Amino acid sequence: MDIKKNKKLFFNIGLLVFFVWLLIISYSSSKRKPENVGELLNDFSWLQKWPKWLDLPLMKWINVGFKKLNETYGFIFEAINNFLLAMLMALKNFLILAPWPAVVLGVTVIAYFASGRKIRTTVFVGFCTFFIGFLHPIFWQKAIETTAIMLISIFLCLVFGMPVGILMSRAERIRNKILPVLDLMQTIPAFVYLIPGIMLFGLGAVPAIIATFIYAVPPLVRLTDLGIRLVDKEVIEAADAFGASKKQKLWGVQMPLALPNIMQGINQCTMMALSMVVIASMIGTRGLGDEVLLGLQQLNVGRAAEAGIAIVLLAIVLDRITQSYGETLQERRAPEKKKGK
Amino acid sequence: MSKIEIKNVYKIFGNNPQSVMPMVKDGANKEEVLEQTGHTVGLDNVSLNIEEGETFVCMGLSGSGKSTLIRHLNRLIDPTDGEILVEGTNVMSFNKEQLIDFRRHKMSMVFQRFGLFPHKTVLQNVGYGLEMQGKPEDERDRTAMEKIEAVGLTGFENQFPNQLSGGMQQRVGLARALATDSDIMLMDEAFSALDPLIRSDMQKQLLDLQSELKKTIVFITHDLDESLRLGDHIGILNAGKLVQVGTPVDIIMNPADDYVKAFVKDVNRAKVIKAKVVMKKTEEANDIDKSNLIKVNEDQFIEEFLPQIVCSNSNCEVVDKSGNVKGYISNKELQTSLTKS
Repeated sequence: MDIKKNKKLFFNIGLLVFFVWLLIISYSSSKRKPENVGELLNDFSWLQKWPKWLDLPLMKWINVGFKKLNETYGFIFEAINNFLLAMLMALKNFLILAPWPAVVLGVTVIAYFASGRKIRTTVFVGFCTFFIGFLHPIFWQKAIETTAIMLISIFLCLVFGMPVGILMSRAERIRNKILPVLDLMQTIPAFVYLIPGIMLFGLGAVPAIIATFIYAVPPLVRLTDLGIRLVDKEVIEAADAFGASKKQKLWGVQMPLALPNIMQGINQCTMMALSMVVIASMIGTRGLGDEVLLGLQQLNVGRAAEAGIAIVLLAIVLDRITQSYGETLQERRAPEKKKGK
Repeated sequence: MSKIEIKNVYKIFGNNPQSVMPMVKDGANKEEVLEQTGHTVGLDNVSLNIEEGETFVCMGLSGSGKSTLIRHLNRLIDPTDGEILVEGTNVMSFNKEQLIDFRRHKMSMVFQRFGLFPHKTVLQNVGYGLEMQGKPEDERDRTAMEKIEAVGLTGFENQFPNQLSGGMQQRVGLARALATDSDIMLMDEAFSALDPLIRSDMQKQLLDLQSELKKTIVFITHDLDESLRLGDHIGILNAGKLVQVGTPVDIIMNPADDYVKAFVKDVNRAKVIKAKVVMKKTEEANDIDKSNLIKVNEDQFIEEFLPQIVCSNSNCEVVDKSGNVKGYISNKELQTSLTKS
């Protein structure tokens, strides 16, 4: 008990020292401090208005840090940039070069199978897809650009988000460390991480992909973690009792049973990715978002509204496909009792 | 050598179980430990032997540690202190691979709320243990079908668990445990979640199966009637302590303390006690009126001949299988044996 108490005390003292050190640093690095410290004790006017010298130079540090990062590790960012850009271009060109009826048909077919052969959903999705181009011919290509960026981001989310979610579900300690990071990722205003994206990757699609990834990955991580932890404890015990190894337990029992929740996570992820891609038009990412922006700049209400509607249609298409896939999964896993039996 | 030996096992739940061990070993009871240290005593110095081929019933109210005890046998829970020997091997000495191998081949388990995999069919559920053993699929399905037939579920093999009633689900659980062909079967309140009629049905089925298979069964229950019906030996747990171990008749006739007395108070003794238990041997039975005798077999339960005795107001002559007279029971003795507490 004593050791624990002491540890806490030392930790608190450490924090205090750190705080004082920050005060001293900010004072000494400030250009607008009084000529000597003694003045502060004679003239107390600094207590009334926030003094100019009481200013943490975080901005300077970050800028310096970024510059250094860019200089020393630039090649890494360039490699990431090239890789993502190549993937994006391949996907985008494929979708744009394909004849539009084929793409509409393709989306409809995907909806058909994802919804478990429900005709209503399929027809609805098909019409929504058609209407995106029907609203304005230029929207077709823009919607494809937006979708391509989203798909790449979602792919990144899956590749990084699911393993993190699985790790979190396994160890309380890891979860406690990652949860605040996820909170941070969701609360920092989206614009704020567009900027470092630009600094590292330049203007265009890649910072948009990165920002979208950061913004959209938390729900997937959370729901993967939650889904795995919500699997019935006795079912897990049963797997253990029959000698399932960790891997067999994860892929044979936990993941299949968590899948409805994970699909919900992918659905959330998709929706958030869409909203972020629209915002990313502010940093010059091409897509439906920049039509809205254009409409606003020209005070052309009709154009902005049309683009807005196109975004909604795109959202509906994506939502219906991912959502109904989750629902069919759930039905297959937990079929209702047969009627009249 | 007994099949399973449990030696001085302690289990304490809490942040730092080892620190509480000396206190528990000094004889502090559950409430004291909880109040002073915040730790919960699960098992307190439990030692018992379970012989090959017998059904050992472990009984106690909820919170008495019976489910904790059974989970020690396949190490779903690790003891804080003590040894558990299965066929002479200390299960605590196993490393990860050995433990998995041990669980795959030596023990199988049936769970209170069935613990079935909702995403697998009945056939796949029953074959799960074999899948873990690495058996090929056709062999798996063949064995699984045999066991499904043995528990009377033929025709349901392609259903999902939640399409079945509770009783049928537990039959699947039973078949799954039987399929691995392990010597030891752990049954954790296996029939407690079923309604009384189905429960009695399942008990009969278990007895029938057991008379053929002669497995070592460790059965957990809070129902005394169930334990008397199934158990060759019964161990009674109270607050983590083993209060009494004995045959059903032992428990009924000589309850070790008030706790056990309270337990057996309402039992229908006539159902449990055999004629040979209450009879007086021929040499000692000179004072019995032998003019009005009814012949009973020594292995008959009192229940079976009680109405006859009461109606005719006669005494019993107890004989063995070949008809030799073993002893006598007077009308009066019969009365006292049924009402003694």
